[in-house]
Amino acid sequence: MADSDVKAMTADLEVPSFEVAAFTSPVKLSEAKVAIVTSASLHHPDDDGFSPGDVGYRVLESNKRDYVLGHWSPNFDATGFALDINTVFPIDRLDELAARGVIGSVSDIHLAYAGNQFELSAIRMDSGPAGAKFLNEQGVDIVLLTPV
Amino acid sequence: MATIALGSVKNQIKNTAPPRGLWCDFPLGRPLGVPQNAEFQHQVLAAAFSLLDSKQTVFKEYDIAIKDEGTEVMACTLPPRHDPEAHPAVDEANGLRPAYERALAKYGNRIGAGRTISSDQIGEAIESFIRVAKGTPWKEAGVPGIPARVSQDIRGYYETAALALSDHAPAAWAGTRWFLDHTEAGKVVLSARQAMADAGEKQPIWFYMVPGDR
Repeated sequence: MADSDVKAMTADLEVPSFEVAAFTSPVKLSEAKVAIVTSASLHHPDDDGFSPGDVGYRVLESNKRDYVLGHWSPNFDATGFALDINTVFPIDRLDELAARGVIGSVSDIHLAYAGNQFELSAIRMDSGPAGAKFLNEQGVDIVLLTPV
Repeated sequence: MATIALGSVKNQIKNTAPPRGLWCDFPLGRPLGVPQNAEFQHQVLAAAFSLLDSKQTVFKEYDIAIKDEGTEVMACTLPPRHDPEAHPAVDEANGLRPAYERALAKYGNRIGAGRTISSDQIGEAIESFIRVAKGTPWKEAGVPGIPARVSQDIRGYYETAALALSDHAPAAWAGTRWFLDHTEAGKVVLSARQAMADAGEKQPIWFYMVPGDR
């Protein structure tokens, strides 16, 4: 068993195509509020976990570092996250960048989705735009998207 | 809002064509590359944020790759037999409980048991898979949940315990290979999965009990 073997299983997976990329130029990085959106199914222990096929999102708070990896796919290594949440969700690194003035600030709120989806229409049409609207309302300028 | 997407699978990140995509050839589950290495993670983030300089959609490959050759295995000393009456896998799981608790105290329960079964149910779950491996249909074997989800909790329990038995950050997949190939519980899970496949159970029920290449 090797990582390349697992990746090879996805080689022929069809991916969505977009006629137009949602390209937006942000404010200067040193003035930008940055949030993370991850497809790693992270959630806080007291929140509802992700069910298989869950197309919703969970809100992750910056000041609670008790994130749980709720992803149901067995096809990735989880020990990296177990040792260091930043392997998937680089919240400490963003804090350090904000302290150094590289980025403006770190959002208090981040989002997690379940990436192991075969039917994406609900995320594309509903929970995806809803999550983007929510982050926009928080004044987020830049989103870093991380998988597992 | 501007977005920057990290991707671990080249075809996926390239073909999806996000506004700004950075393919990092790192093992699945480690999009920032190396756990407990802040400098490496900062380098990845610097490359990601540099994509903001582009005035149009951009896809780049990170210049450092981390390859998993499929050979590294965590070196964890398994507990000696304690209860000769118990199945070796159940005895093993019980013996790993102190290590599991130490890992929870150090890191928190980030990937361990608790989603479908609790840590107290690990032994019971393994016993049910032993019955499945011997031919009992899974619905009659007392499996405390959907087999694929139960096996994820067993794997999480073992991989969490392993972190307390190792003195360094393991390579990606080294914990999974240890669990599946070097523990009694891993053998039970693989045997139960094979028995379910042979019995013609629905593929999603057993296939996702372990990584799909197994």
